[in-house]
Amino acid sequence: MSDTNAHSVRFVRQSMIPEQEPPLTEAGAIKWIRENLFSGWLNILLTVLSVAFIYYVLSHMLPWFLNTVWNAGSLSECREIRNATWGSDVPSACFAVIKDRWPQLLFGFYPSDYYWRPVLALVVFLAAIAPVLFSGLPRKMLWFSLASPFLMFFLLWGGTIWGPIVVASGFVLGYALFVGLSKAAGTLVGVIAAIVAPVIYWLAIAGPLARGLGAVLPIGLEFVPSDDFGGFTLSFIIGIAGIILSLPLGILLALGRQSDLFLINKVSVAFIEVIRGVPLIVWLFTASLLLNYFLPPGTNFDLMLRVIIMVTLFSAAYIAEVIRGGLAALPRGQYEAADALGLDYWKSMRLIILPQALKISIPGIVNTFIGLFKDTTLVVFIGLLDPIGLSNAIRATTDWQGLYWELFVFIGLLFFIACFSMGQYSLYLERKLQTGHR
Amino acid sequence: MASLSDPQRDTFRLSQLINDSRYRSLTIQTVAMILLVLLFSWLVSNTVQNLQALGKDFDFGFLGEPAGYDINQRLIEYNSQATHGRAALVGILNTILVAVLGCALATVLGIIAGVLRLSNNWLVAKLMAVYVEAFRNVPLLLWIIAIFAVMAESMPQPRAFREGGGAEMILFDSVAVTNRGVYIPTPVWGDGSTVLVIVFLASLVGIWAFRRYARKRQEATGDILPVFWVGLGLFFVPSVLAYFVMGRPVTLDYPELGGFNFTGGLHLRNSLIALWLALSLYTGAFIAEIVRAGILAVSKGQTEAAFALGLRPGRTMNLVILPQAMRVIVPPLISQYLNLTKNSSLAIAVGYMDVRSTLGGITINQTGRELEGMLLLGAFYLATSLVIAAVMNVYNNSIKLKER
Repeated sequence: MSDTNAHSVRFVRQSMIPEQEPPLTEAGAIKWIRENLFSGWLNILLTVLSVAFIYYVLSHMLPWFLNTVWNAGSLSECREIRNATWGSDVPSACFAVIKDRWPQLLFGFYPSDYYWRPVLALVVFLAAIAPVLFSGLPRKMLWFSLASPFLMFFLLWGGTIWGPIVVASGFVLGYALFVGLSKAAGTLVGVIAAIVAPVIYWLAIAGPLARGLGAVLPIGLEFVPSDDFGGFTLSFIIGIAGIILSLPLGILLALGRQSDLFLINKVSVAFIEVIRGVPLIVWLFTASLLLNYFLPPGTNFDLMLRVIIMVTLFSAAYIAEVIRGGLAALPRGQYEAADALGLDYWKSMRLIILPQALKISIPGIVNTFIGLFKDTTLVVFIGLLDPIGLSNAIRATTDWQGLYWELFVFIGLLFFIACFSMGQYSLYLERKLQTGHR
Repeated sequence: MASLSDPQRDTFRLSQLINDSRYRSLTIQTVAMILLVLLFSWLVSNTVQNLQALGKDFDFGFLGEPAGYDINQRLIEYNSQATHGRAALVGILNTILVAVLGCALATVLGIIAGVLRLSNNWLVAKLMAVYVEAFRNVPLLLWIIAIFAVMAESMPQPRAFREGGGAEMILFDSVAVTNRGVYIPTPVWGDGSTVLVIVFLASLVGIWAFRRYARKRQEATGDILPVFWVGLGLFFVPSVLAYFVMGRPVTLDYPELGGFNFTGGLHLRNSLIALWLALSLYTGAFIAEIVRAGILAVSKGQTEAAFALGLRPGRTMNLVILPQAMRVIVPPLISQYLNLTKNSSLAIAVGYMDVRSTLGGITINQTGRELEGMLLLGAFYLATSLVIAAVMNVYNNSIKLKER
């Protein structure tokens, strides 16, 4: 090549020049800073404003955080320690309150000898939820997940172990009847038997049976009444129970709203719209003030159970709307293909429609769950002691009067961790289930 | 299916009600209907029995009785001799007030945060991400009481505003932020202010008419008129002219420190400020995500195509990106407005007198009419959301992609 140019060009390089370092302004940190922080006058302005804002916030927060008093019995003691150590005009946090009262914030008035029970229940929950969340784990663990609600109930409330076992055996009975009778006498008979027999069993037989077994073999834990529950234990119980119960109900409502059956459709629409149209706090007041009107005279059941029912119904309506969006987003051809294969309604839903619709709805469902968990704080208004209610109670004591930020920071942080990890899990699941070709 | 299986209408067997898909839906609905009627009659009979046992009746007459309690925050005339119905109305107006204020501020915050989160500036993008995540993942109730605590605990007392007290009014001595609330100037409508208002409304109509004309003309001839600048001029110039021509009919009444407290001006209570800020910041974080998703939903090819057609960046944004992004943004945005309105019932945490606190709180406690009060309260919220949902459907249909 050089030969062809040799007669016309005075100099032709015969070899490559060694690769040079890029100019200083086009490499490494300087390039990054130039491109990301100072690429134009608007960017420079934004950067300066942000730095000023961050400096303002940190200059107010950091000294307060760094001068934390961890060991004190009251706010005045905190202030004395601060005056002795840093002087009286230095901002100083008093996280001693968390150190002093964390059992209360986490467990409410749960007997302190039995703190291991809510903790163990949480461990059971994590172990039970793991195979649902991560498909890499052995499928056999799902059997433990099925048994875990009864185990958690037993751990939290205590009492005789026969109660949860007898109730759980009702489900086993229903399942056995369904499998046995579907084969012998048709699906319809199987379904009806599987619903009716356990209900009769629970209403008529379960109570005496549990008492009888309890009298013969008194195995159990100390009973803890619902009034003793509080703090994050309460938030978690309401939140988790609501999440677990509202998903199936929400799916049923969404199917009801898509249904061709006039009555089912209208009832589902009315239920969803009424529940969604009214704030949760009004529903909670309804649960605490009005529920006794609607039930037979003399019925009086646990406030916590009422709250769980209300929260479940509430978030089920929201989940139904999210799933309806997923159902509507599926191409019509999927429904038609399912029909063409000769699948009946439930089979086509279970095998073809719902797996796809639920996948599309994951972000919305998780957002609803996050909302539900945050909304558990509203129970403070009907007299349950959630973390915010307990922080008010702690502030009302003479020791810690006038203390706000330390409690808010602690509570906010715990909620943030729980909600943020749920959000991150939904992102992970979206990526994992992403089957589109991009 | 029916044509294949040779329907024998004359020999109807009972088993067809279950096994024949033509009749099965009727069977299912009949069973559901019976169950539903049974459930409702059970609930109603329980309620009747319970009401009888308590010696109560079902009567909305209490709305006409004197309420006997004061409401510190009101938009219409109200005193403790007014009726429960009027107290409920005051509460409804308060709910609407905080909802409208909150929606406005939340939209501004949400758009700013959503756009800035997509900015090339790393620091700003991260800062906005922190804002969004912090507010989305912490309960609203905590934010409301935290902001209320800031207002009540960290702000100076009114007497600190006296000479040498250490606190100063902001914005040219017109706004005082104290621990009892925020004092702002209030406009005093003098003689001739009606003319001013009419001029202002007329200029709004003028802007609308000009935009219409400009669009028609552009569609007909392709000429583009400077809509923005003319609109801006029309917005300000006539009103300012009228203001001076009429001899400055509107003046501001500034808050003044008198004794231990401020007099004059408008007193915005801490409860309103805390609720408003917390609702706006919280909902703004959600709106930021909606705006971000809306902008990202418009594919990059649209921008490139607009540039290839020779449109400038501003025009690309207005004519190509925004109309498409709005279609994605508006429905969830309105649903956020609805959420904000419903969340305003958390006013209970700071003692703001919204409809839940008046009708659903004090009125119920004083009259013992839980059933009626909660029904009315639920009906109000339900009506609000149904109206907003109806408006949303109309809008959605108007911007829907016209297919086939």
